[in-house]
Amino acid sequence: MNERRFPPFTQIGMVSLALIVTGGIYLSAHLPEHVPLGPAVALLVASTALLCVNLFLLTRVKDFAWARFFQVFKWALLAYSITAGMIGYAFLKDHLRGGPLVVLVLSLVVYAVQVPTLIAFTVARYANSEPAGLDGSPA
Amino acid sequence: MAAVTTPSIAVEDAAPQVVERPSFEIVPRRGLVLVAIAMLLLIIAIAVNQLWPLEFFHVAGGAAWTIIDLFLGLVLGPIMGSMSVPARVEFTTKLMPKMVLIMPTVVTLTLAAGWQLGVKLGTVESTYPNHAWIVASFIVVGVMAVLALGLLEPANIAVLFELKKPRPNPQVIERLMKRFIYCAGILGVMQIATLVIMTKIASG
Repeated sequence: MNERRFPPFTQIGMVSLALIVTGGIYLSAHLPEHVPLGPAVALLVASTALLCVNLFLLTRVKDFAWARFFQVFKWALLAYSITAGMIGYAFLKDHLRGGPLVVLVLSLVVYAVQVPTLIAFTVARYANSEPAGLDGSPA
Repeated sequence: MAAVTTPSIAVEDAAPQVVERPSFEIVPRRGLVLVAIAMLLLIIAIAVNQLWPLEFFHVAGGAAWTIIDLFLGLVLGPIMGSMSVPARVEFTTKLMPKMVLIMPTVVTLTLAAGWQLGVKLGTVESTYPNHAWIVASFIVVGVMAVLALGLLEPANIAVLFELKKPRPNPQVIERLMKRFIYCAGILGVMQIATLVIMTKIASG
């Protein structure tokens, strides 16, 4: 299959997601005791930076199917905002306050944006893929 | 029904194989009602913070999650791999839209109810005697979440979009389905680790 070259969007996105998940595990593993926020903030910043770099690299791709990307992204964002909201609601219900709550909410925001970008990219990268045609045209 | 054209590999210059493709919705709208009901019940369970509903959602959701992953990855996956292309396309168009709704819902029910249950019982607190096992479960779930959200779910959605095209590319479908099935297999194996950890925690 002849395939267009794309930046390693999925790989970078998964690293970004892994950083956010690691931060969440780090905070959850320490509760309800006092949690040093430094490592969690560093993971959050690194994850956000990777998300931004990833999206920037994608803007450099010529003729990318942005219409399809945003069509998928908006619905996925809605769905993952609901799941992020559920997680946030559980933390609020458990009286989590202060710095850990801020870091967790920001982590949930990155999660709710990161996952839809991965889904939208995977759909959009194949938006213009055509099989080898009946007329013998290339894929 | 629509046609999917598959490449002819065995016979040069032969006409591409045309496969009947059933019409389908990428996200089954009627299923969204059931998802909304499940989410509403989950919110109520967390709000009332009673043992039984939390235990129900965590255990029932976790059992469904584990069984689906194991069955899909270790039983259905190899079967699908050996099916003919038309049969695989038909099976995919019937299975994957349901998976779009089932898996995120089951995972959300399990994790949200599980966290609340852990808070209620004190098992997520760092003073809990089996805290190391709890952290191990966080790590296993974390790895599974990254794989599921980063690889499996995007492949699931993308294969449905590909199948919706007037002329889907069988090679794209093949590649995405392989990614989905391999991922489900890895998640299935990791679910065994979850079972080990959860039974250890339940046994004290």
